Amino acid sequence: MIQPPFTEEHEELRASVRGFLDRELAPHAQEWEADEWFPNEVFGKLAGQGLLGLKYPTELGGQGGDYLHEAVLIEELSRIGSGGTAAGIGAHNNIATPPIWKFGTDEQKQRYLAPAIRGEKIGALGITEPDAGSDVASLRTTATRVDGGFLVSGEKTYITNGVRADFIVTAVKTTLEGGHHGISFLIIDRGEGMSSSKLRKLGWNASDTATISFEEVFVGEDCLLGELNEGFKLIMANFQWERLAMALGATGAMALAYERTADYARERTAFGRPISKHQAIRHKLADLATQAYVGRCVTYDALRRFVAGEEPVKEVTMAKLYTQRTAYELMDACLQIHGGAGYMKEYWPERAARDARLGPIGGGSDEIMREILGRLLGL
Amino acid sequence: MAATADTVLKPDHQAKRKHFIFTDEHEQLRESIRNFVLKELTPHAEEWEETTFPNSVFARMGELGFLGLDKPEAYGGQGGDYYTSLVLAEEIVKANSGGLAMGVAVHTDMAMPPILAFGTEEQKQQWVVPAIKGEKILCIGITEPDAGSDVAGIKTRAVKDGDGYVINGSKTYITNGHRADVIVLVTKTDADAGYDGFTLFLVPMDAPGVIREKKLEKLGMHASDTALLAFQDVRVPESAVLGQVGKGFYHIMWELQGERLIGAAGCVAGAQRTFERTLEYANERKAFGRSIGHFQVIRHKFAEMATKIESARQMVYVTAWRFAGGEYPVREISMAKLHASRVAVEVADECIQIHGGAGYMKEYGVERAWRDARLNRIGAGTDEIMLDVIGRSYGL
Ligand SMILES: Cc1cc2nc3c(=O)[nH]c(=O)nc-3n(C[C@H](O)[C@H](O)[C@H](O)COP(=O)(O)OP(=O)(O)OC[C@H]3O[C@@H](n4cnc5c(N)ncnc54)[C@H](O)[C@@H]3O)c2cc1C
Ligand SMILES: Cc1cc2nc3c(=O)[nH]c(=O)nc-3n(C[C@H](O)[C@H](O)[C@H](O)COP(=O)(O)OP(=O)(O)OC[C@H]3O[C@@H](n4cnc5c(N)ncnc54)[C@H](O)[C@@H]3O)c2cc1C
Repeated sequence: MIQPPFTEEHEELRASVRGFLDRELAPHAQEWEADEWFPNEVFGKLAGQGLLGLKYPTELGGQGGDYLHEAVLIEELSRIGSGGTAAGIGAHNNIATPPIWKFGTDEQKQRYLAPAIRGEKIGALGITEPDAGSDVASLRTTATRVDGGFLVSGEKTYITNGVRADFIVTAVKTTLEGGHHGISFLIIDRGEGMSSSKLRKLGWNASDTATISFEEVFVGEDCLLGELNEGFKLIMANFQWERLAMALGATGAMALAYERTADYARERTAFGRPISKHQAIRHKLADLATQAYVGRCVTYDALRRFVAGEEPVKEVTMAKLYTQRTAYELMDACLQIHGGAGYMKEYWPERAARDARLGPIGGGSDEIMREILGRLLGL
Repeated sequence: MAATADTVLKPDHQAKRKHFIFTDEHEQLRESIRNFVLKELTPHAEEWEETTFPNSVFARMGELGFLGLDKPEAYGGQGGDYYTSLVLAEEIVKANSGGLAMGVAVHTDMAMPPILAFGTEEQKQQWVVPAIKGEKILCIGITEPDAGSDVAGIKTRAVKDGDGYVINGSKTYITNGHRADVIVLVTKTDADAGYDGFTLFLVPMDAPGVIREKKLEKLGMHASDTALLAFQDVRVPESAVLGQVGKGFYHIMWELQGERLIGAAGCVAGAQRTFERTLEYANERKAFGRSIGHFQVIRHKFAEMATKIESARQMVYVTAWRFAGGEYPVREISMAKLHASRVAVEVADECIQIHGGAGYMKEYGVERAWRDARLNRIGAGTDEIMLDVIGRSYGL
């Protein structure tokens, strides 16, 4: 049964993507997590299959598909066994390049988006700073007007692809006046005055999350993305797809985790029977299957609305909030059902739980999702 | 405000009366353990996450008398009461190294008690005396690849052979398994005798046929070493039997009670420590123009955590009081173990959340608190097993 909004066509894409990822990425997942780095060649490989441009127009080298095709890839990437690799690819596909596509000039698209689709340039999105995360409006990285462009100084942190990225779509303050106004976006090429340092994390280990500092980095006028001082709009627009993407990732990951844990529970015996035959475990698994299904339905509903051109901020926010916390709890329950094996690196659940823990923090924390919902609900 | 100050009763949040189970002596002991921990262990916590903690920790703790706090003076112990080992479990948490605390607890509160309780004088002299000095290290082997929760399902066999036994089988997830000098080994001696077919042995880890297989890599507790062990035709003399032949299952069930209570005490102390660090963070970290602790939902998270920690602490203390008083309160110990480990994990998780992105970074240490705490819902009997024990205690 194909669940809408997906159709037969998407399921064909899914089968071929899954085959490719199973062959090319999944076998290396453990190694890349242990190395705390996945190789840059991954981008080239994905580009070879058209997977860095599913939703982008053919003129730029994309596949001319839409968000549903991208959604298929996101779900499938969540199954490879490396949250960090999926995150790095996701940051490129779903948060760094979409603003260029939506707000960029033709010239910017040729310069950044086309090579990004070919896997020749890797992108990152830089919003968060050491003293500004949830409270985006308080960011302090400044871009000062100079002849022909800007001088950028400041520091970004927790930036996915922050070490490997060739360009960083960066939020900066272009005027010191008031909060939301005065934020602009610059596409900044890695170069002089910039330095990155990798951070060590609970999960997503294969991805390079980094602090990036800018010391009087010159950025040309032609790198201004969208309108001057109107960057906040861009951030808000971008968030919807990012959050939907996170919900989709959780959906794929939960389905797989449930299946694998149910299999484990059927095989592992204690007290003379498979542990799935102990009622507490059986009921736990029934709950997990339910949670995975609810998460999928909420996410697909938001996705359908998003693709139909509604602006389903409420549904996207709910999907993000529900799936991220649920995915973590589900992974934690899978770990528990595995007993001592769940605690060992040799088995997958401990990594899955660590990776899933990012969900309620990244892309806007649970508390911020509830703040947004509170406003949308008129509270 | 000032007008009413003398006439109304005001809440006293600084109330610091010690719990009734502790005396001034316990507080002095607490002080000296804490000083040692903060000076000699905590500074190495990060390094030991990579390398596991060195055996010299045992030697040093032995020298200071911390490995035998509640053990008889006749064997080099301090002869203290049960609460002294609770104090150790609480204070060692300040080393910020769950793996170290576990390695030490396996030695002092899991492997040593059955030798003292069931061992011969010769066995005590051979193993307990040097173990209290920190010169020999102990481990305990119950779990096998195919039997964890179901202890009676183990397959390691000890077969009578002449004037000794020959042991074959494997054990897994054994804490201290790589560094230990001796293992308290649970075996089956009579396959047809049901619960009466188990026997404990003290097997020197250098006996021929004992194979230390790989070091297992884990979610947390990185400072401890966890081993997969194989026993291939290991020959031991009759004198290696610990306790009564055929009574091993009951011996080990008894041992697990002390282990669970000490584990629960460590959980409460760990949760308290993570809570305090996070409170500090929430006071400093600002968003939307104020300290994040001043957002109502964050304030309530702290309130929930504090309430949970306090409930777990009281449960542990009261259960310890009963245990120390000679009762054998298996139901309450199981409740305390279940509740305290859940609280520890929930608190660590909430503290990650309150830290935001920083909570996900190794640098801040809360992610490690969660990884370490998470073991407690599995080790020494899982949540589900605790629930089963509690439920059955009502005749269900
Ligand atoms: C692995 C990882 C990858 C990331 N990748 C990127 C990236 O590629 N690009 C990027 O720009 N950023 C990235 N981030 C940053 C992420 O978006 C932020 O961490 C997140 O938005 C939270 O911000 P913060 O860490 O500053 O937490 P804070 O804002 O300091 O929040 C701390 C706590 O306070 C709570 N809180 C804040 N405000 C309120 C309120 N009004 N009411 C109640 N509670 C509140 C939060 O929910 C949280 O619990 C990444 C983070 C991680 C961990
Ligand atoms: C880091 C670490 C250190 C350890 N140290 C030691 C040590 O030093 N010595 C030692 O002997 N062991 C040690 N252990 C082993 C530990 O005690 C076992 O892992 C634990 O008892 C669970 O057993 P298991 O892993 O075989 O899980 P299983 O018994 O396979 O359990 C799998 C799942 O089934 C559930 N389950 C089992 N039976 C039932 C039932 N009847 N009803 C409902 N649910 C049930 C469990 O709760 C669990 O969720 C350690 C484990 C770890 C992870």
